Amino acid sequence: MAGASGAKASATLPLTWGVIGVSVAVMVIVAALLALAIWRRPGIALATRMAIGPDKGGTNFLWVGVGISTLALLATIVWTVKVLAEIGKPTVTPALTIEVTAHQWWWEVRYLDNDTRAIFTTANEIHIPTGTPVQFKLIGGDVIHSFWVPALAGKTDLIPGQTNEIWLEADKPGTYRGQCTEYCGLEHAKMAFVVVADTPRDFAAWRSHQIAPDVTPGGGVLASGAVYFGMKCGSCHAVRGSDAAGVLGPDLSHFATRQTIAAGVLANTPQNLSAWIDDPQGIKPGNLMQKPELSLEQRGQIVAYLETLK
Amino acid sequence: MTISDYTRAPSVGTEQPELAARLQKIWETAPGIGGWLSTVDHKEIGLRYIVTAFAFLILGGVEALVFRLQLSWSDRHLLNPEQYDQLFTMHGMTMIFLYAGPVLSGFSNYLWPLLLGARDMALPRLNALSYWIYLFAGIFLYAAFAIGFGPNDGWFNYVPLAARAYNGGPNIDFYALGMILLGISTTVGAVNFVVTFMRMRAPGMSINRVPILIWGTLTASMANIFAIPAVSLAFFLLWMDRNVGTHFFDTAGGGGSAMLWQHLFWMFGHPWVYAIVLPAMGMVSDGLPVFCRRPLVGYSAVALATVATMVLGFGVWVHHMFATGLPNISLSFFSAASIIIAVPSAVGVFAWLATIWTGRPVFTTPFLFFASFILLFTIGGVSGFMTGSVPVDWQLTDTYFVVAHIHYVLIGINVFPVAGAIYFWFPKFTGRMLDERLGRWNFWTMFVGFNLGFFPMHISGLLGMPRRVYTYAEGMGWDWLNLITTLGSFVFAAGVLMLIWNVLKSVRSGAIAGDNPWDAPTLEWATSSPPPPYNFVVIPTVQSRHPLWEDRLASRPDEARSHPHAGLVLEHGREAIGTDPLDAQPDIILKMPGDSYAPLVFAIAVTAIFIGLLLLAWWLVALAAVVTAATTVGWLWPERNLGETREPARD
Ligand code: HEM
Ligand SMILES: [Cu+2]
Repeated sequence: MAGASGAKASATLPLTWGVIGVSVAVMVIVAALLALAIWRRPGIALATRMAIGPDKGGTNFLWVGVGISTLALLATIVWTVKVLAEIGKPTVTPALTIEVTAHQWWWEVRYLDNDTRAIFTTANEIHIPTGTPVQFKLIGGDVIHSFWVPALAGKTDLIPGQTNEIWLEADKPGTYRGQCTEYCGLEHAKMAFVVVADTPRDFAAWRSHQIAPDVTPGGGVLASGAVYFGMKCGSCHAVRGSDAAGVLGPDLSHFATRQTIAAGVLANTPQNLSAWIDDPQGIKPGNLMQKPELSLEQRGQIVAYLETLK
Repeated sequence: MTISDYTRAPSVGTEQPELAARLQKIWETAPGIGGWLSTVDHKEIGLRYIVTAFAFLILGGVEALVFRLQLSWSDRHLLNPEQYDQLFTMHGMTMIFLYAGPVLSGFSNYLWPLLLGARDMALPRLNALSYWIYLFAGIFLYAAFAIGFGPNDGWFNYVPLAARAYNGGPNIDFYALGMILLGISTTVGAVNFVVTFMRMRAPGMSINRVPILIWGTLTASMANIFAIPAVSLAFFLLWMDRNVGTHFFDTAGGGGSAMLWQHLFWMFGHPWVYAIVLPAMGMVSDGLPVFCRRPLVGYSAVALATVATMVLGFGVWVHHMFATGLPNISLSFFSAASIIIAVPSAVGVFAWLATIWTGRPVFTTPFLFFASFILLFTIGGVSGFMTGSVPVDWQLTDTYFVVAHIHYVLIGINVFPVAGAIYFWFPKFTGRMLDERLGRWNFWTMFVGFNLGFFPMHISGLLGMPRRVYTYAEGMGWDWLNLITTLGSFVFAAGVLMLIWNVLKSVRSGAIAGDNPWDAPTLEWATSSPPPPYNFVVIPTVQSRHPLWEDRLASRPDEARSHPHAGLVLEHGREAIGTDPLDAQPDIILKMPGDSYAPLVFAIAVTAIFIGLLLLAWWLVALAAVVTAATTVGWLWPERNLGETREPARD
């Protein structure tokens, strides 16, 4: 959060430092008063039947302290409401809407468009253009999850049965880490994602590339990789342009362009991919992908095929 | 027995040995196991509450230490996710429901009648019942864990994760039923406190003369009476969803709502958080001044602040739901309420500070615990204030920052005052002092360990570490902070062990305490240590907040004085004096029930109903319900010595 890099996070940051400042000040003042109160006069030893101070004095302390605290609290309320209004709505209407559906334990990402042919689905990696607000529709696919990209904005829950709408804006290009922050079962810990902010030009290129289907290899090892993929993986995963059209797991179209595997758990390298297919339960115990029955050779062919999904 | 028996004017007298001997006979519990199982003595029940709550504190602590080992560095494999989830859920549930609330019920049960100058709680048998049900509910919940099906969806237990579709095992059925059972115990206990407050104060103890602990427990009890139904309902609906096919929380097209659960849960949950700190704050308000050698500064302000906190506490539950997509206008309202609730807390803090400032501190172990509490309370308070501001909360919620916050609240405002209270009242409980030297070690180990362990969590939270994760990847920059946290946790745990060690050692060999070792001002110190079963030989009369300090506080020699050792003599069986709710003028003699097995049998039967519901064994439910009903009849069967029948008096 310290590296705030978007309109919302940037508006929240001064308020955050403000309340941290007030809090630290209160802490220091109380600690100092406490220490002074204790060590101001020599402590005494307990003897039976000792002097008792009169029941007066000290109330000024009370009123001054409470008075000042109340002022600080009221000021914080005003500031809070102001920031809340500021980040409530973007200054311009977003041109792009992305629908994010959270599943146990990965993220489905759909780019909406008036032209149905331009709608496409991807997973665990969200690209947005810089310098403009982007609309998000957040949906809970099974249980409640929460969507958090600390550098860009605070959290919003994805709740089954309702759609929460938020907007994000990134100032500069870069990769921003996000993660699920509502406890959602066994692999809540391993439910991350990335938001990649591209310049508007790069974003447009990325988007039109994503819309295009993947090319199915014509022959050889890659072709048999594609066949095995369809047989062993296609009931859950989809690759646009091939027969694989499953919807239970992440859409793997253009998979090789993504940075991570399994919702931010592994870097997307051929070795990691092979290890994942070999033992998904070892890497992310309890996740909903069962180990596919594959020979070493078949696994190699599938990996080689997936690496071509640029 | 005639009506005049309740309105006869009892004689007035002083403490006479043969009166004491007679009362001992009337009030004492039969020796042996029979007496142990049937006693309704509030002191016995109070101690059982405290000991049981500490057993749960140890269990919950061990659970935390185990998962802290798992988190001490990135990518550790000590626990698998399922084990982790059960452990963190059991930890939260244990600490909140089985330790923090009950331990305060224990102190209040033990202390209330003594503080109020009364012979017992108003409803002694209900008191026994509330303990037994608490014990059985705790065992019920731990039975789940023991057979490998502990609750595993967090103590907050959000749906639909906790619905059958996502959690097929019996884990959540145990949790739902256990919580409803526990709710019975809490409600019964709360009612008892409220009635005791209204009827059992010593003559003259008007409401502006009761110790702050009374205010704390009273407001907490009122809150519980209103809050518990919400959570019991929520758990009952969930149990029905899971077992009889209703759809209250079915979000997969069943027309149910996930938010319904959150509203019901937090409408209960937030007031409950105050219920488990206000009595502890009351103990500090009463204990700290003793070691400052002066009365508390701002008694009325602190009492009012206690009540105000609770009232406001019912209007802030939504701050647990800031990220659920509510409209900005309601967020602004609940944000403001959550920030403004810090005002009554500030009243407390400055009252305690002023009490030390204008007093003469006496450095004893209880003083150290009570004084350090002020700082921990402040830290827990300001982190709460930070999360009260919605935009900031959107960054902080569900990270380790909140874990730091809840522990400063729960350990700072509950565990530290409780430790101080043990040092303070142990002499009253047992007649012996705790070891002061060990006490210092105990305090400093807990204090250093706690801050070392939990302060860094604020920072890991600000660095983005989410809570409720069983592991985290390397390279996030969280490793060292977590290692320090784990180390601190172990130091803190060692401190708690020292406390337990001190208690075990001093019960047998501590220095003899005498009636009033701290020269404290309130009525519990006017009777012997430990107090006799009837508490006071004669019923004290009260003229001020500090009956035992009056000689030294009085500004004029002719001011009216309290009489801790002279007053009404009540000796026709178990009797107590009933006074009116505001001014505590005596208006009736109350016939108090004797020891009885009914509460125990009732508790067993009710627990059996819940076991039946768990197993869906309807025959057991029916059988246990019949036994429960029969016990109720037996329990309520009119007794002549309680004046519940209209038989003519023969004696
Ligand atoms: C040695 C002592 C303790 C340690 C090391 C400890 C540690 C922790 C940690 C690390 C968590 C976060 C777990 C997670 O998010 O995965 C946690 C949660 C919690 N702790 Fe403690 N704790 C201790 C004592 C206590 C005490 C005394 C209380 C209450 C009186 C308490 C109440 C809670 C609660 C309510 C939660 C929230 C559980 C949840 O997230 O659902 N803890 N504790
Ligand atoms: Cu999630």
